[in-house]
Amino acid sequence: MRIEARTAISKPMIYIAPVLAIAMTMIAGMGLFLVMGHDPLASLYTFFIAPINNLDGIAELMIKATPLVIIGIGLSFGFRANVWNIGAEGQLTIGGIAGGVLALAFFEVDSPLLLPGMLIVAALGGMAWAAIPAFLKTRFNANEILTSLMLTYVALLVLSLLIHGPLKDPDGMNFPESRMFHDAALLPILVEETRLHAGVFLALAAVATAWVILGRHIIGFQIKVIGMAPRAASFAGFDQRKIIWLSFMFAGAASGIAGICEIAGPLGQIVPTISPGYGFTAIIVAFVGRLHPVGILMAGLLMALSYLGGENAQIEMNMPNAVTGVFQGMLLFFLLACDVLIKFRLRYK
Amino acid sequence: MGLDNGLQDGEKEGVQSLLSLRGIRKKFPGCLANDDVDLDVLPGQIHALLGENGAGKSTLVKMIYGILKPDGGEMLWKGAPTAIDTPSAARMLGIGMVFQHFSLFEALTVAENISLGIPEELAGPGLNERIVEISQVYGLPLDPTREVHSLSVGERQRIEIVRCLLQSPKLLIMDEPTSVLTPQETDKLFKTLERLASEGVSILYISHRLEEIRKLCHKATILRSGRVVSECDPSQETARSLAEMMMGDDLTLAERRSGTEPGPVLFEVSRLSCQPEDPFGASLKDISFALREGEILGIAGLAGNGQRELMGMLSGEVLSDSPAMVSMGDVPVGFLGPRRRRKLGLGFVPEERLGHGAVPDMMLWENGFLSAMQGQNLMSNGFIKVAKTIGFAHAVVNRFNVKTPGVDHNASSLSGGNLQKFIVGREIEQNPRVLIVLQPTWGVDAGSAAAIHQELMDMAANGAAVLVISQDLDELFAVSDRISVICEGRVSRATPVSETTVEQIGLLMGGLQENDSAITGLAP
Repeated sequence: MRIEARTAISKPMIYIAPVLAIAMTMIAGMGLFLVMGHDPLASLYTFFIAPINNLDGIAELMIKATPLVIIGIGLSFGFRANVWNIGAEGQLTIGGIAGGVLALAFFEVDSPLLLPGMLIVAALGGMAWAAIPAFLKTRFNANEILTSLMLTYVALLVLSLLIHGPLKDPDGMNFPESRMFHDAALLPILVEETRLHAGVFLALAAVATAWVILGRHIIGFQIKVIGMAPRAASFAGFDQRKIIWLSFMFAGAASGIAGICEIAGPLGQIVPTISPGYGFTAIIVAFVGRLHPVGILMAGLLMALSYLGGENAQIEMNMPNAVTGVFQGMLLFFLLACDVLIKFRLRYK
Repeated sequence: MGLDNGLQDGEKEGVQSLLSLRGIRKKFPGCLANDDVDLDVLPGQIHALLGENGAGKSTLVKMIYGILKPDGGEMLWKGAPTAIDTPSAARMLGIGMVFQHFSLFEALTVAENISLGIPEELAGPGLNERIVEISQVYGLPLDPTREVHSLSVGERQRIEIVRCLLQSPKLLIMDEPTSVLTPQETDKLFKTLERLASEGVSILYISHRLEEIRKLCHKATILRSGRVVSECDPSQETARSLAEMMMGDDLTLAERRSGTEPGPVLFEVSRLSCQPEDPFGASLKDISFALREGEILGIAGLAGNGQRELMGMLSGEVLSDSPAMVSMGDVPVGFLGPRRRRKLGLGFVPEERLGHGAVPDMMLWENGFLSAMQGQNLMSNGFIKVAKTIGFAHAVVNRFNVKTPGVDHNASSLSGGNLQKFIVGREIEQNPRVLIVLQPTWGVDAGSAAAIHQELMDMAANGAAVLVISQDLDELFAVSDRISVICEGRVSRATPVSETTVEQIGLLMGGLQENDSAITGLAP
């Protein structure tokens, strides 16, 4: 048996593959539950349906999907242009700190301009952090995978330093947390009795903007050409360094906004852990979504669901926390397997 | 040759064909590449396979060499039905193939490269001696210890041929072997091939150069749209009648315009030098020439003598060391990139089609946008004007007769020649003041080549300045007003075409200096 390249790649299959991968993840998951001694259908229900069969669950799903989608969209530009920014988690952290510091600095001010100001400052913070690997890459040709990843840990230490020091709540019994933000510095709640906040609109806006940029705008065109055929990009006269900068700026701004959406959303204050790894999970989201804006939206929801399902399985079925990781891993595995079989076929001799 | 052929035709009944194809069919999604193809190759026959781009020649030889599998029909090897599943199965039978693009490792020696491509038992000790022996017997001088990067393209081709010959083939398939050779090297290659044929080796020969086929081949099978449309004895035909058989239509050859007085200089290169970034690239040495309004300047040269590097500097993909090394009109452009040069009226066609001149996985109209976005005003506020861009791509497809199901198909789905027509057409359609083309008709069939040549000449007649860099001397002599030669990074002084000959240019391409007596002796 051997693997050989297909002469023609079926276009519909590229979009059917994620659906197939989800179906196979379900089937394999049922097998897994069965082996562990649970009723497979009931377990599947607990994992995928129960978390979202009420309003609160749907709200939680959207809350978790919001940062994943925003960051996934931001990263997708760079990934299309072969710019491998792995440091979204750090950009999220610095952006969150920057926006949060603004909120704390104007703690007493009750102005409608405060929230937009926080969003802008957070985006700038994320961009500033992303500018470091962009500069190192364009100026010294330093590998952006390493620099952006390492800067993530620097960013987390910066957060830790600040939250144990100057940003600590003076009345907070020495807990490493900032003051709780006032209402003017919090994203408005959309649905009463839930935590669903206006950040979800930012995620949808990011999807729409990315769609337009990639489909119709010269920037998206340049990104695609550079990713698919770098020499054709130089034939066209596109500036590779400019695209590296743009990719990092998109991702930095998106990550920073995702960070402030957490702080000004569900958290309501700066805490030592702003994100449970959204910046890294968003990398999976971007690829599962085929680097396509709508795909990323779907993948973000799916990934968010796997978080909720994992939590629910822990509570209801006494499953270990690792079950979330297993499901995310299976999904990625089946997706990659589908990809391979779209491009290649098995031949039996 | 005519006599040989008469004999072979007479003996046809008696002689067992080496390879016979019966009713071969191959379908790709959206096109029938080969349909009911019959082909008989006799032992010792040099058999030409002719056809336009996309006629199905490559598909057919790929099936014979086991790279593709036919959907229907039968292959007979020495009369016995045989399935050739893989290239190694083909090599076991005694089929060798010399590809148009060589697969050699630059940093390895000749012998090392050869040993990598042949069965292990052949690659053992004594390989160097056998290489030398074969290369002497067949007039293919080759030093097994040289590293490939130091060899000319002609020498590299010899490696591929020797690699095939070491396996004592019965059938040798050659895909456009002469497109990389000087006229002198071509003559030598023909001697080798004739000698092989006289020893009973059959040769399946693919070329677009009809004169060569008339000179060399015993028989020609002509394909059109995947079917065999006729068979003939090429020595009894004219190049024109062969071309018409391929096209199924009358051939309109490009007509030379009467010599118009060249106008002011539109594009000038002065004292251009550069070191390549690629360690195996060629460096450019003190190149100067001027391109005038209304003229076509040809630069002849064998691949690897600095054409790519020169093209990069002329287009702006690589910037010069000082701005005045390249200028357009009065404007020094040495520091300007491709987009700014296009704005000043430059159009250019690089050599590599897929990945350089076009993005393989993008649609044709998007590839139209790639170089026409500024000149054709296909953008507003950074947004792509899709309808207008599609219209532009349609105009190119129609004017240059590009065969494609539609402009929303990916560039990679086109055959090489068709894509070349699109890429050249994309620049011509924009009507640039200065057009620079590298290998304008590489892999393009006679009919389309004539059309491209005609368009280039029309452009010059309408006042553009055109630079054609090519290895195809027939092409350069057909279109150029003046011609010069690039060899080892130097460009010779341009001479009017009427004052030079193919032989003279051929010698310059091979590295002789202008003042050598051999050249002066050949002057008309």
